[in-house]
Amino acid sequence: MDNMQVRFWGTRGSIPAALTAQMLRDKLVHALVAAAGHNIDTAEKARAFTDTLPFPISHTFGGNSSCVELQADGAARVLLDMGSGARPAGLDALRQLAGKPGEFHIFMSHLHWDHIMGFPFFTPAYIPGHSIRIYGCHAELEHAFRRQQAPPSFPVDFSKMGARIEFVQLEPGRYYEIAGYRVMAKPQAHGGDSYGYRFERGGKTVVYSTDSEHKLEDYAETDSFIEFFRTADLVIFDAMYSLADAISVKEDWGHSSNVVGVELCQLAQAKHLVLFHHEPAYDDATIERVWRETQRLEEITRGEHPVQVTAAYDGLQIAL
Amino acid sequence: MEFTERPAGKAVVLAPAGRIDMSTSEQFRDRVLALLDTSTKAQQAVVLDFSGVDYISSAGLRVLMLAAKQARTSGGTVVVAALQPVVLEIFQISRFDKVVTCHPGVSEALAAVGAAG
Repeated sequence: MDNMQVRFWGTRGSIPAALTAQMLRDKLVHALVAAAGHNIDTAEKARAFTDTLPFPISHTFGGNSSCVELQADGAARVLLDMGSGARPAGLDALRQLAGKPGEFHIFMSHLHWDHIMGFPFFTPAYIPGHSIRIYGCHAELEHAFRRQQAPPSFPVDFSKMGARIEFVQLEPGRYYEIAGYRVMAKPQAHGGDSYGYRFERGGKTVVYSTDSEHKLEDYAETDSFIEFFRTADLVIFDAMYSLADAISVKEDWGHSSNVVGVELCQLAQAKHLVLFHHEPAYDDATIERVWRETQRLEEITRGEHPVQVTAAYDGLQIAL
Repeated sequence: MEFTERPAGKAVVLAPAGRIDMSTSEQFRDRVLALLDTSTKAQQAVVLDFSGVDYISSAGLRVLMLAAKQARTSGGTVVVAALQPVVLEIFQISRFDKVVTCHPGVSEALAAVGAAG
């Protein structure tokens, strides 16, 4: 396959949010009641039945903070952000590498805790032989990574990590050829600034745009995002709040909404919108409701270009 | 963007027509905020008759947020009435039905703001 695969390891915004025992129990109760009267006596039948259940009963959106992986044959391994989802991403990479040295290219949207907290648990960083290049547009890129592992915040200092780790400063607005992708960073409105990334390879385009607030009165900014998203195959979009919250009580909190995601993708003729950076206070049923409403919004406002809408969850894989 | 405006007792009914999006939202903002200002001074409520609006984007919804804030700080009243089904859904999905009071029709809106009859 030369096609890109996008794997979501962490999709929750601001702070990891675990499923509680009570939430799991409620799902089980729903599933068991729904199963009454069905002849489910094998694992195969149980799996098939599970597929008929509503998404928030059969799944969870997951609780790790931001980490997304891009994979393509002939391209190096690319990770977007080092939220707590970086822990399972690192373990999966080691399984795939099966003892061989790996090459990791990590692109950072910004340096807030929820986007860097997974790095001290990113196992490949501790193993000599692996090579890790961390890209970003913030001048404090390296400092932020070293600081979070300095005493008294973490027991293992950054300098004790065994992999070869380099930091690479990128200039926004300029295309680079990195790890088999053509990539450009774009400044976004967020406390301390954040950067979105547009990745292009083999005629496919993925945009990663999280922790980004959109000022609706700034038409030049809106136009620049339409250009950034232009005809993308996939747009991973910060849809943390409702539009009403994003422009009132949570104005200047640095996040966006499902409504603006749909509008920008429609205007940019992007093909697939992925709702990302879910509000940690939302349970699975609430995220699913936002997902269904966003699909409905796209449907009732659709022009000539339909936009597929998906809500990201930990473990989601999308092939382009 | 076309508007019609008519007095209705202690209220003024403003009816925009067409799409309220990036290309028309500034015009919508200027008209609504100016009318709300003069109406508040004259102790009149503003009823936005949306029966002729077939689409509203986030930029248009933002204008309603500005109007709601202006009404709160200046002691004025602004409500929306007669939303087409699609526009009502946009209000619900964006949670704007919790930002501005929506009435099924203009007469209900006028009754609610005390301007009926």
